[in-house]
Amino acid sequence: MAASSRRNPPPLPGAENQDPLSEMAGEDSDEGEDIFVGNSNPVAEAFQPDTANGEEPADLFSEAETSTAVNSSITTSKSNGVHSDNENDLFAEVSVELSMENPSTTAKSSGAEFTPSLTLSATQPESMEQLEEEKDEDSFDMEVAVTNPEKIGDGMNAYMAYKVSTRTTLPMFRNRTFSVWRRFSDFLGLYEKLSVKHSLNGCIIPPPPEKSVVGMTKVKVGKDDSSSADFVERRRAALERYLQRVVCHPSLLQDPDVREFLERDELPRAVGTHTLSGAGFLKMINRASDAVSKMTIKISDSDAWFDNKLQEVESEELQLRKLHAVVDSLVNHRKELCGNTAVFAKSMAMLGNSEDNTALSRALSQLAEVEDKMETLHQEQAASDFFILAELLADYIRLLGAVRGCFEQRMKTWQRWQEAQSTLQKKREVEAKLLWANKPDKLQQAKEEITEWEGKVTQYERDFDRISVTVRKEFLRFEKQKSKDFKSQIVKYLESLLQSQQRHVKFWEAFLPEAKAIA
Amino acid sequence: LLRCFGCVLRVVVLLEGEPLAVNVDLQTDATLQVDISDALSERDKVKFTVHTKSTLPNFKQNEFSVVRQHEEFIWLHDSFVENEEYAGYIIPPAPPRPDFDASREKLQKLGEGEGSMTKEEFTKMKQELEAEYLAIFKKTVAMHEVFLCRVAAHPVLRKDMNFHVFLEYNQDLSVRGKNKREKMEDFFKNVVKSADGVLVAGVKDVDDFFEHEKTFLLEYHNRVKDASSKSDRMIRSHKNAADDINRIASTLYTLGTQDSTDVCKFFLKVSELFEKTRKIEARVAADEDLKLADLLKYYLRESQAAKDLLYRRGRALVDYENANKALDKARAKNKDVLQAETSQQVCCQKFEKISESAKQELIDFKTRRVAAFRKNLVELAELELKHAKGNLQLLQSCVGVLKGDT
Repeated sequence: MAASSRRNPPPLPGAENQDPLSEMAGEDSDEGEDIFVGNSNPVAEAFQPDTANGEEPADLFSEAETSTAVNSSITTSKSNGVHSDNENDLFAEVSVELSMENPSTTAKSSGAEFTPSLTLSATQPESMEQLEEEKDEDSFDMEVAVTNPEKIGDGMNAYMAYKVSTRTTLPMFRNRTFSVWRRFSDFLGLYEKLSVKHSLNGCIIPPPPEKSVVGMTKVKVGKDDSSSADFVERRRAALERYLQRVVCHPSLLQDPDVREFLERDELPRAVGTHTLSGAGFLKMINRASDAVSKMTIKISDSDAWFDNKLQEVESEELQLRKLHAVVDSLVNHRKELCGNTAVFAKSMAMLGNSEDNTALSRALSQLAEVEDKMETLHQEQAASDFFILAELLADYIRLLGAVRGCFEQRMKTWQRWQEAQSTLQKKREVEAKLLWANKPDKLQQAKEEITEWEGKVTQYERDFDRISVTVRKEFLRFEKQKSKDFKSQIVKYLESLLQSQQRHVKFWEAFLPEAKAIA
Repeated sequence: LLRCFGCVLRVVVLLEGEPLAVNVDLQTDATLQVDISDALSERDKVKFTVHTKSTLPNFKQNEFSVVRQHEEFIWLHDSFVENEEYAGYIIPPAPPRPDFDASREKLQKLGEGEGSMTKEEFTKMKQELEAEYLAIFKKTVAMHEVFLCRVAAHPVLRKDMNFHVFLEYNQDLSVRGKNKREKMEDFFKNVVKSADGVLVAGVKDVDDFFEHEKTFLLEYHNRVKDASSKSDRMIRSHKNAADDINRIASTLYTLGTQDSTDVCKFFLKVSELFEKTRKIEARVAADEDLKLADLLKYYLRESQAAKDLLYRRGRALVDYENANKALDKARAKNKDVLQAETSQQVCCQKFEKISESAKQELIDFKTRRVAAFRKNLVELAELELKHAKGNLQLLQSCVGVLKGDT
């Protein structure tokens, strides 16, 4: 039943004709990921010259074939509406489209609020050049930044407020650039809301950074040392990455809660507990029963893809955890090295002072200075280790957890379908028995129940198919993002190592003649 | 090699004229050349093969070898210290006891943790530990050798009878380690000596040279001690960081071999890079250990030996002054004058003899020290540069490849 590539979504208005725009749609999904990777907008890079458009997209997005097929129906229907919106837009010729990758979910959740975004069409070559020059202007997209952490209040009721700034050209927002102040619980609240709405569809919801009682307490109490500064910086960076991931997820971006989060001046205080919302409560119950049923559910899937991927995810998570632990250890040892080098440098300086041979004395002082510089290098390196590498790993460990959640959702949906099928079967048996026993009034009821359950079975099967599509798409998108993210961050890390070594070389080169001058 | 304490590790120490330890600048002399040509590690003991080449007539042959253990080196050193004749010389510091405890502990832990890591990790770690063990081994050989070479290079000490016995007598010297009582005696002797040393140090010296040396050596010794321990700590952190990079490389490798996607190939390349940089980092730590930490440790011991010399001279001075006072008293009382006179003369001679040789020894010490520091600091800087450049090149080429790929 679950065929892999030919998956027809529920019928939507619009043909299934592939037009050039649909290929754009596929391309744009790539651009979404580019933003994810860093704030620079590589639109120009991802942008293909007109002529190549016909060939390239097929190449780049062979995996995303399904998405283009699915998208075509939506985009054609929407593009008409979109263009009119864009007339006032500065970059009217160069408009951008966020592809609606899951038409079914958007139809379900956003309903009336469906807001198409800009369409990127390379109509003229000049527009492309314009794009390249104005790439900083963000012809497409969203840029969010989390900055300026500020402590509000005092003592145990104090909290950190962060400035969330958005720069965008999407018409669904009231302004181009705007900022609001948010606190940590607001971010958590956003996650809760998104989770409730979208996780049932199989979306991978980016998880927020973790709470930390110890860290926050230190900040609240007003400990003004480097560890609280580190903590705040770490949290700020994590919140920024979290938001960036949310906004570059096409369906999540459409969610009004996200918009509200970014735009609205005062946000009602998010209560972190689950129990208050009905859906949340249900979710909590489901989670409990999940833990038990997870072990017993095994989808007899003709599509082994999901099984394989889940296994991959699990083993990858394991490896990442290991890696994270080692990187943590490295950070600590480097910090230790830093401290020990500083202490050693001082000791060397003292030794240089007592040495009575002047040339040797000077050389020893120089050595002390070199070691001092080494200390700075080690400190910077430790920061690099942490902020670039360790945090990347921590993020992905959490994300992989979210991915697993996705797969679990699909399993649950399957289970629901199976259970409905078995219920239907039972009802049919009851009906058969009733027929044989010849009880016409009960028979009527039985027939009604059968119809009801037949409907449910069909519904659940469709749900399952839909979620399978979503999960698959989400997973592929995730993999792409992950690949990009890892590559770029690791390269960044290596570059920091490189710079460090360059300075290493400089310092020792300066010292060598001093050493040679000893007589 | 895991059951290492039961195993036999043989190291053939290759010498090509120059002693392994480069902490001292020694003139090698054809009349007497000593080196350690081989060493064997067996359980708790290390057996050194001491090889001598000599043209001196008092040896039966021109070239011969004996096997010696650490305790015998100590015996030789102590015999120098206890010999009154050598009071005026800096006695070359005794080599430290071979200490494989840390290494052995690590090997044991590795054995216990064998189940929890992959085969590659285990093999890698084992290799690392074996290399470490080997490095410690080489160092202890070097330090024992330096001791012998210093003795052989010293114009007076090289003629010592015990030294010749040590070099030539091819049976066990039956020098047992000190038993408990003797160790206690030693302990008290040291306490008395340091108390005495304080008294003696308090006596202001007439001679400017020695007065200056006293102040200088006291401060220098303390600072070298401090620098030595701090350098050890720093180098250990460095090694720890290098170990971590090793584990990162392994984990990345595991990640990289799970699939053949783009990302996995990426991981494999990065893993390879880290493998190489880790080796370099480990070498940096090892070189710092050799050129810096060992240098400081050696001069810690040698500055102590110089201090001991000054103490002996100070002691002799005090004895001399006391003898003078006794003589004056005897002359005043006109009793036992001759005795006092002889005693005074002996003390005087002793003091002057020590002073004369001490001055030269201290000057030589300075020269040796400056030369050793120069050599080691230059080599340290050159090695650090070499490694940093190596690292840099690795990183540059890897980043180039990785960026080119994406």
